[in-house]
Amino acid sequence: MSLNVDKELAELKAKVESASGTGNKLTMIVFSGDLDRQLAAMIIATGAAAMGMQVVLFFTFWGTAALRDPKQRVNGKNLISKMFGFMLPKGRNALKLSQMHMAGMGTAMLKGLMKKKNVASLDQLYEVAAQLAVKIYICEMSMNLMGFKKEEMIQYPNLEVCGVATMLAHAKESALQFFI
Amino acid sequence: MAEYTVTKTLDYKGLACPMPVVKISQQIGTVSVGEVIEVHTTDPGSLADFPAWAKTMGHAIVETKQEPGVIKIFVKRMK
Repeated sequence: MSLNVDKELAELKAKVESASGTGNKLTMIVFSGDLDRQLAAMIIATGAAAMGMQVVLFFTFWGTAALRDPKQRVNGKNLISKMFGFMLPKGRNALKLSQMHMAGMGTAMLKGLMKKKNVASLDQLYEVAAQLAVKIYICEMSMNLMGFKKEEMIQYPNLEVCGVATMLAHAKESALQFFI
Repeated sequence: MAEYTVTKTLDYKGLACPMPVVKISQQIGTVSVGEVIEVHTTDPGSLADFPAWAKTMGHAIVETKQEPGVIKIFVKRMK
């Protein structure tokens, strides 16, 4: 008798766990282009993937600049797009701290400290994220606004461009939704 | 403490959050169910993070030893 109850409980548990809205998934919106916030985003993303979660990142607004590849040059931009391209960081290694940047001194000091204390850099975190199949989407509208083209974005497995509906569809079936 | 034999020892000394947990998640599949991995770490956060990771993933921490300069965590693959 008690065995049956255990079995039914296990079946019920499996049903609840597979129900929509409670999926073993994390959806994160990476809005900020600040180094500290981007670091937090990648640490949470890789940590969640290590915890067995499916992880989906949506880079939007200032966050999109972190996905630029500094080696890529794109032609055919208008003056405003060129200006945005010049003003915004060229990739994750050009990001600044949200506080204590101090004309580059603070950011350089933090990067030095991270190396000394063996904290993973953004480069290492992206590599791990790719290994753990963390999915990255870029907001099409943000790219369009800032004049970024897909060709100037980093090489990352299955990097895709999307709109708000894709993000919402993922968020709806995620157990966790973060905005950074 | 339960009896067990260590199948594999991994050196995560010097690594900081989130790398110890990321690495154990990549390594747990390399041993068979019921086998134990011994992890050496210097990250004090691992003391809380390994049990949290194990609980979520359905594995077990069979023992934790704090020795001078190193924390030893024994992780048993449960499924």
